[in-house]
Parts: sequence; C-alpha cells; structure tokens
Amino acid sequence: MKKIKIIIMSGYGLNCEEETKFAFEWAGTKKNVIADIVHINDLIKKPKMLSTYDILVFPGGFSYGDDTGSGKAYANKFKNHLSKELEEFLSRNTLTIGICNGFQIMTNLGILPSGLTYNKNGKYIDRWVDLETGSSPRHGGASSPWLKGIKKISLPIAHGEGHYVINEKEYKNLKKNNQIAFTYVKGEIATFQNLEYNPNGSDFCIAGVLAYNGRVLGMMPHPERAMFAHQSPLWQNNKKKQQEGAGLQIFKNAVNYFAK
Amino acid sequence: MISRIYVTPKGKASFINSYLISHKLGDEKISKIAEALTNPILEDFSINKFLQVKGFTYAVEIGFKPGVTDNVGHTTKETITDLLHLKNNSDLAVYTSKIFLIYDHISKDKVKEIAFSLHNPLIERASVASFKEIKKKNGFSLKVPEVILEKTIPVIKVSLSKMTDEELEKIGKMGIMDNNGMRRGPLALDLSSMKVIKEHFIKLKREPTDIEIESLAQTWSEHCKHTIFANPIDDIKDGLYKTYIKGATNLIRKNKNKKDFCVSVFNDNSGGIIFDQDYLITHKVETHNSPSALDPFGGAITGIVGVNRDTIGFGLGAKPVANVYGFCFGNPEDTRPLFRDKDLKNKMLLPKRIMEGVIKGINVGGNCSGIPTLSGFVHYDDRYRGKPLVFAGTVGIIPRKINDKLSHIKKAQVGDYVVVVGGRVGADGIHGATFSSVAMDSNSPATAVQIGDPITQKKLSDALIKEARDMNLYNSITDNGAGGISCSVAEMAKEVCLPDGRQGGVKVVLEKVPLKYPGLRPWEIWISESQERMTLAVPKGKWKVFHKLMESRGVEAVMIGKFTNSGKAIVKWKGKTIMDVDMEFLHNGLPKHQLYTSPVFHKYTESTPPNPPLIIKGRVKGGVYTEILEKLLGTKNISGFSFISEQYDHEVQGSSVLKPLSGAGRINTDAQVFRPILNSNKGVVLASSVYPSYGDISTYHMAACAIDTAIRNIISVGGTLSELAILDNFCWCSSYDQTRLRELVDAVKACYDYAVGYGTPFISGKDSMFNDFKGYDEKGNPTAISIPPTLLISAISVMPNISKTVSPEFKKSGDIIYLLGETYDELGGGEYFKMLSVDGASVPKVNLKKNLKIYKIAERLISDELIRSAISVTSGGLGIALAKACIGGMLGCNVSISNVCQSLALADVKLFSESQGRILVSVSPKNTKQFEKIIKDIPYTKLGRTTQDGKVIVVDEGKKIIETTVKKLHGIYHSFSNKMS
Repeated sequence: MKKIKIIIMSGYGLNCEEETKFAFEWAGTKKNVIADIVHINDLIKKPKMLSTYDILVFPGGFSYGDDTGSGKAYANKFKNHLSKELEEFLSRNTLTIGICNGFQIMTNLGILPSGLTYNKNGKYIDRWVDLETGSSPRHGGASSPWLKGIKKISLPIAHGEGHYVINEKEYKNLKKNNQIAFTYVKGEIATFQNLEYNPNGSDFCIAGVLAYNGRVLGMMPHPERAMFAHQSPLWQNNKKKQQEGAGLQIFKNAVNYFAK
Repeated sequence: MISRIYVTPKGKASFINSYLISHKLGDEKISKIAEALTNPILEDFSINKFLQVKGFTYAVEIGFKPGVTDNVGHTTKETITDLLHLKNNSDLAVYTSKIFLIYDHISKDKVKEIAFSLHNPLIERASVASFKEIKKKNGFSLKVPEVILEKTIPVIKVSLSKMTDEELEKIGKMGIMDNNGMRRGPLALDLSSMKVIKEHFIKLKREPTDIEIESLAQTWSEHCKHTIFANPIDDIKDGLYKTYIKGATNLIRKNKNKKDFCVSVFNDNSGGIIFDQDYLITHKVETHNSPSALDPFGGAITGIVGVNRDTIGFGLGAKPVANVYGFCFGNPEDTRPLFRDKDLKNKMLLPKRIMEGVIKGINVGGNCSGIPTLSGFVHYDDRYRGKPLVFAGTVGIIPRKINDKLSHIKKAQVGDYVVVVGGRVGADGIHGATFSSVAMDSNSPATAVQIGDPITQKKLSDALIKEARDMNLYNSITDNGAGGISCSVAEMAKEVCLPDGRQGGVKVVLEKVPLKYPGLRPWEIWISESQERMTLAVPKGKWKVFHKLMESRGVEAVMIGKFTNSGKAIVKWKGKTIMDVDMEFLHNGLPKHQLYTSPVFHKYTESTPPNPPLIIKGRVKGGVYTEILEKLLGTKNISGFSFISEQYDHEVQGSSVLKPLSGAGRINTDAQVFRPILNSNKGVVLASSVYPSYGDISTYHMAACAIDTAIRNIISVGGTLSELAILDNFCWCSSYDQTRLRELVDAVKACYDYAVGYGTPFISGKDSMFNDFKGYDEKGNPTAISIPPTLLISAISVMPNISKTVSPEFKKSGDIIYLLGETYDELGGGEYFKMLSVDGASVPKVNLKKNLKIYKIAERLISDELIRSAISVTSGGLGIALAKACIGGMLGCNVSISNVCQSLALADVKLFSESQGRILVSVSPKNTKQFEKIIKDIPYTKLGRTTQDGKVIVVDEGKKIIETTVKKLHGIYHSFSNKMS
C-alpha cells in the first residue's frame, strides 16, 4: 500500500502541530499514514520536499504573535520562498487544510478567498460553536473530500481575528462556486448553553471556505480539539463509552481520499 | 532615511497601524514593504501621508517609549529582512504605533483624557493631533523614538571602606551614586549586609566595583534568598522554610516510603512528581505583583511567560502543558485617585485599569504560547488597591529518562560554554529583584517594567524542548529570571560537577552579551532582567551543532563564557577584570539575622466562640432567605467570571477534559482536569484556594482552610489524595512588623500540620513579603495600604482514568442530592458576613481526621462511578453550592436543610457557614442504595432532589425559606461577568 504523506507546518509561533499530527495519525490507523511536522525554515532549505507530500496542513497557532495582522507575516515568508512549490503542490491531486491561524495564513497567501479580521467585540474567544456544512442545499451544496458525510458538526473556536469579511457580490460567487465549507448555526451546543451562534460576527455566518474544487479547506474552528468525545461540553451529560469525537471525521475523510 | 507606512482598514476605520522605518532603502523597496504589510482585501496603505480618511476630528497616536520592547516592530523587521533578502539589517529599525481615530466633536482636553486611558505613560507615549493639523502636516512626524544613552564611565569603584554606617545604609536603600550624583535605585540591602560587604573587601585590600555590589545585592535579595523564610525566627533555629515547609515534605516522603511520588522538589525551577512510569509532571506558581502594579499588562505577561521558563528550566527542560493564574484586585468600582508622590504627579492606576491590563497580559502570554490557560481564580478586596496580587503558574511534562539519563538531574561540566539563548538585553528589567523586595513608593523604578515577547520565547522553547534536549546538546539549563544572568550563571556555576567537593566557578566575557541598543553599562547588562532568555551549559564539542540548530529556528544563541573549577565568579569587560568574587561569599556570605515576632491582637480570637448576634433588625424578612441568597450569589467573590475564562485558550494541545466553564449554565469549575499525554488515560487535576479574610481572625486557620479547600476541590472532580502535591505562595505585608511575622509563623505552622496530616507534600513555593503601598491621597495626605496576609495553596494531582471525571453541575432531574461532611457555626470571615458587614469570630476550622475519611470515601464513590455531580462547598457555603450546581445544570432543586446542622442552628448557619470538609453531590436514584452503603461511616445529610421545572426550593424546619428559579439565579451569577465583557 502506498504511504499517505502529510506535512504539518511549524515554526514562528504555530502551536497546534502536535495534536493535529495526532489526529491525522489516529484517523489513519491501519492506513499507512506518515505525518511529519516540518519547520518552515527546513522546508525553505529543501523546497523540493513538498512535492513528496499528499496533504499540506497549516495548523492553528499564533504565528509571529499576529503582529502586523494574523497570518500575514508567516504567509509573507512562505510566499517569499515557496510560492513556486506551493503552486506545484496545489496543481496536483492533493489536499490542503488551514485551521484557525492556518486559515488566516492561507487567506494571506491568496489561495482562499477574502480575509479575516477582528471579532466583532474585539476580544479573543474560546468556546464551542455549531456548524452546518456547505453541502446543505442552501449554501449551494458544496462537495469537498474534507466534508464527506458531514452535515452538522459542533467544534470549538479559539481566536481573536475570526470575523470573515466578504461583500454580498463575492458571497454570491462563493455560493455559486460551491466554496462555502461551514457556516455558524444555532445548533446543539449554542442551544444547550444558550449562546450567540455567530460569536465573531462573521459575514454571512461563514466559518470556513473552500477552493481548488474543494481540495483546499480553511476553517476557523478546531476539529482536532474535538477528536475525542470527552472534549465536548455535552460529554458530562452523556458519557458514552466511545472515544472518538465528531472532529475526527474531517481527518478520516482526508486520509480516506487517498486510501481508496 | 525615515519613512512612515500607514496601514488603514477599509471602511470607516477606528484605527490605523503605523510603521516608522529608519532605513537605507529606496522608495521602491519601501513600496514593496508596504504591500507586504497590507492585506489588500481588508486594508489600504499609504506612505508618509495619511490616507483620505474622512470625517474624523482627532487622531491619537500611541507608541512605545524608546527602548520598550516593540514586538510588532521586531516582526516587521524580520519580514522586511526576509522580503528583501537583506544580508545585514543593522541599518534597519522599525517603530510601530497605533493611531486611533476619533469621530466625535469634542474638546482637545477630552481627547487628551481619552489618550490617557489608551496608554500607560510609564512605557508608552501619546500624541494628539486634530484633523486640521494632520492635513497640514500630512500625518504624524517622522521622528524615531530610538534609545540614545549618555556616554558614561562603564565601571566605577565604590569606596566602601571609608563609608560611615549612614552612607552604607543610603547605598543599600537608594543605590550606588553615579558620577552625575544620581542614585541608581534600591539595592534592598540592609546595614548589616552592607557592613559584611565592606568588611569582605577590606580583607581583600581593595574597593569593590559597582558590578560586584550590584551582583551581591541581586543574589542576596529577599526575592532570591527568601531571607524571612530562611532566617532563624523566635526559637525556630532553622527558620520557617527548612523547619515547616521542607520539613513537612521530608517527613511525608519518609512516611510514604515506597509510595513517595516526589522526584525533584525545591531544588529546581519547578517541583517535579511522578505522572506515570514514563513521565514526570512539574508545577510552579510565581507572583508578579510589583511589576503588575506599575504596568498591569507588562507585569502579567512577563509573569506568565516568565513562569513558563521555570518549566522549560526544570531538569533538562519540561514542556509547558498548562497555565494557571490567580488575581487579587481592589474593587473595580473604586475610583478614588491615589498618588505615589507628594506632588500628586505620579498617579496610581485605578483597580479597574489594573484588572483589565492583568487579565489581558495573561491572555496574550498564554494564548500566543500555545499553552492552555486552564485553571484560575479572581478575588476582590479593597486592600489590594495599593498592590494587586498576580499569581502565574505553569505545569510541565518531561520524560523521566532522556537519552538513558534521568531527566531531572543536570550539572554543568568544567569547560562547558556559558550560552545565553533568546531575547536581547536592554535597560528594561533593571532592579526587578531588589525592587520587589521593598514597598512601592515614588522611587519605584520604571525600568523595572518589562514587556513580554511570547513569540521569541515560543521559538526558543520549541527549539530547546522539542529538539536540542533530545539531541543531548547541553548539560544544564536554567531560566534567566530575577537578577538576570548574574543570578542564573552564578547558580549554574555553583553546581558545576567537581570530584572533590570544590566550588565551581565561571568566567564571563560580558561584551559578548547581545544588546538591544548600544551604551548599556556592564553592571546593567549583568543584572538586567530582559525577558525570554535561558542560560545553558553547552559542551565545547556540541556548540557548533547547537548554534546551527538555534540559528535555523530563528533563535539567537551566544557563547559568553566558560564554567570553571576556580571557585570564583569572574566577569571581564573589554579585557579588564571587573568582577572577581568568591562563589562561597556570593552564595553564603549573606549574614543571618535573628527575627522576632510579637503577639497579634485580634478583635476576635478562637476563645470568643460565638458569632456576633445574627438578629439584626429587618435582616431577614419573615424568615425568607431568597433575596439574601440572590444577593450573595451576585457578589464578586462568588459570581462567575466567564469573561476571563472565555478569553483564555484552554483547549489548545487538545488536552482539556474538565474545563474552566461547565454545564449548560457555564459555571466556573473549582478544579480542572486535562490529559497531557493524548494516548494515556491518565489525567492531571489542578485546583487552588485562598481565604484572605479568614486571616483577619486567624492566619493559622486561614492556611488550614486553604489547604483543605484546594485538596477538596481536587477530590471532588476525581483526583487522588495519595498522589496529590501542593504549592505555597505567601504574599505578606509589612514584614518588618513583628506582629505580621507572628501571623506568618502561625500560617506556616498550619501548613506543616495539615500537609503532614493529609500526606500532601509541598513541592515548590514562593514568597513575596512586602506588598505595601505608601503614597498620598488627592489632598496630599499620606496614605498607606497593605494587602491582607494572603496564602495561595495550589494543588496538583494525578487521576488514573479521565473518563471518571465528575463535573460540578447537576445532571438529571430526579437525582438525589446529598451533603457529605458536617456543618458548624463557622460564619466568621466568610462571604456572608462580609456582605452584611458583620465582624465574625468563629472562622472555619479543619477537622483533619474526619475530612480525611470523607475524602477517601469520595474518591471511592467517584472511582465506582456512583455520583453524577460533585461540587466542593467553599465560599458562601451550602446555599451557594446548591445555587451553582443548579445553574450549571439549569435544573431546579427541592431540598430540606433541617438536618444539616446537629445543633439548633439558625438557617443562616446552615445556608452560609463555610465549614470545611463538605462536598455536595447528586446521585442517580438507581445508585442510592449502594451509595448510602459506602457513606454509612461518614457524616452526611440527604437533602432532596433535582427537579426539571427549574424551581429552586429550600425548606428548613418545615418552612419554605428559599423560593426562586434557576433562570433568575443564572442571570445573577453571570451579571458581573457580563458587565465586564
């Protein structure tokens, strides 16, 4: 069986690389998965390395402390040294995901549409949200390998700049092109804890978007922080014996895309 | 050349980011830089002129004062260097600022007021310009705030031998006098210490240099040597620390014998205990009170990022896996102005401002570092108005063996390079250690304030803990905290591995230390506490590999000297020896003082048992307590603080199990559980406790209750008593006062009694003994505010299986509610009496034997999965515990408290007494039989059941005394927090 190779970027303040690697490895149990955490400077030194991978991951974190704007400085560095290799990577049948700060980096790289700015109340927020995937007909029925089999999902967010900014015209384009991955909705958890469902004030409630025919996904919520059942705020009320949390499916989908 | 780039958000901008760049690049390159700094979808840029933003009336620019850490500036410089592929960036400097735009038509004075609220004049500068002025000048000025230091003589000799006692005392208090006649700021050395230094150098037949005196002052400071805990006090010859704190731990470890789980206690940067057969878990809690009073944000962020380094500096380097915090603030509604100086120019920050800054500091420090900020508390008392208490702690994890060597053991070898890694040195953080050892007044040095740079530290931490450590590239590592390299290097030199018991030594070439800007004097470089630095002992043969690795991770590493076997600390500056001090004198020369205490007079003592008469006219209308309960629930020390918990990332690393907020009603949990190793079922449990107001009656019982509560909080969620360790943080006041010292002795004795009693060893601790403010009120009258003696007990425990974690909120309607433990008439010092402004006498006392039994039973109940919820009964007593459990589950309850107290107590006692050793639990009806069988030997009361209708009903002696709804209680519980967010 061919090895599925995953590259998870690190360095300069990215910080979710270890648990993200854990999620991919767990999702790929018995599927011959290799997940490498690679420092950006090591990739810059050997840029050709990127061509050996199937999945590129920009994990969450605080690259450059959000200085000059979240994701900007890391994206600048990436563009400055690796734009050719990135282009090559995206042109192949590969998958790419950016989570939280990774999403912010990817919008600054210009490989995902529009951008992210400060939460509407100006504060960093860590809590759970409910999401509906773009595969729901009212978002245009987007299909993406990342989202297979997921209609609704609850995940945690933790960010200060998660407000997705987009004007109406571009929003319509996104919808038309099946590029909306996730929207914030009032679901199980927002109902349970009686919370606002779109806490950062994202335009059109957008929490994640797609590009490159659904192969590239950027999302503010953290699926790796929902890979275990006990991570959910609902777990104490229903301690089922299962270990897996809903977030794991996203990683499984990616692995399965290549395992076929 | 100097250029200014303005980056303006699209639409009606409320602020503009400004980058003032000093450079030798052309216009074209500046344009390229501006493009890189702008996200074209969200922002526009302009160079050397304001964009056409319309309609604003004033612009307020807030930037840093010269020399203050400018993190955004650093990042920008890095981005530019990378973008333009610059080989040498020494001509490049970036100064960032934020320009706030005001659209209202208000007076310039009002704008100045706004400007003041936006910055801290100690570290930041503000300038205000009207729309007209901006238009005329095309923006703000192009003057850069660079540091220009006067040329001074690098090293001066201090003629101690001829000095009178009076002069010696002055040096100790106000510092060495520079050639310009100015004193350098406190050394915090008393006369007897100064005399010992004088005698020492007379014997050597020479005068000391300034750097030698400064170095001794750092090493001997209260902050570093903990003299109050180390010195003999009354008839306690070995001092408090050795006798009672370390004494307790030693005895407990001996008693535990083979079950001893302590591995490295008191002798490293953190304390380390066994997690499982492969890992150790470490913990350390620090205080950062004085810096936080001056600059709340900077003080708090350097507090948390600093204590992270106590983790990275444990053994060969532990990985930070959880941050904890604790805040004691003045009342945020208090707006009385206070001043540090008689001329009323140096204004103290108001409690609300301090609170906001401190909360944000912990936020940025933890969030940016990718360490979950999991556990914490906030406490309010007017007496924290003069000095807030800011506790910051970090838990770490480290494999027990690294490269086949025990990871907690480290020693520099003779010949190893002294290597400093991380941030550069500036004038920030000079006299931090000595400054925190004195009371705060107008002489408090502003250079003691620092700003943290969590990303520089994150890079350093990752490069060390995730790479260099496992590559076996260094022999020893320690943090640069108080006293900077003067302390870290000397500490490591002391431990240099020598065969015949000789003292190690060190030789440092000080001009090799990388600086933020030129002109610093050697003594300043030596003691500066500039942040984000670690000191390592790197073997000569590994230096090249180490250096290369650090370089590839964007981390600066510099070799500044060598460890030796000379028994001397030698510092060189441009070829000359400027410091040559015996290690023995440096570390052990500090003279011992006999300390004495005198009895404390309290209005009430243990021998005046009754609480003051509770029958206050009109207090309880018709014997109905609904309003009282609701009011108490709304007090700041009891209500929720989700506004803090929610802005701290507590889920990073994917480890959280029991989070800071729990249940449908999001109540703050008293203990938190996380899983540091994702493929192990074992969990780590954290909790803490403070009861400052109990200390007004008895500091002995204050300490006992803090220990009992911290332990109980852990037990209530599923922690294990036999694998539970504690940490002490004493924050005292006026420690020259003998009655305050007596209170200290009382508290420390309780620490011994209860730690030994519960078998819970102290593994680390810290003290901060002078939390006093001396200043002036708005009329210029002298004012002194001291904190109440405060003891924070932090607890850490390992639980075998995280799936058994129990959260505090009620889960299902129809569950049976029980109170484990006994309730006594112990309202003294509690939140209920505080609310009524009633003095109390009978402070809660801890019945060790009884509680021990209860906790062991509780452990079993959780292990057998017989309880659905458990909440530790703490501040506000049973009434508040019931309310919180209901709010958390958004369920009602119907309970009777008739049998809660054995004596004929008032309902006040049953509801609000803060008796220790109690846990409120709910049990599924199908489990009650088995449950009651297990608890038959401990005191308990069956109270009633949870209900679906949301009505909260409490009955006493057949009478409904509380009737309210969970919805209403939920609103009250969150109202303060909602106001703050």
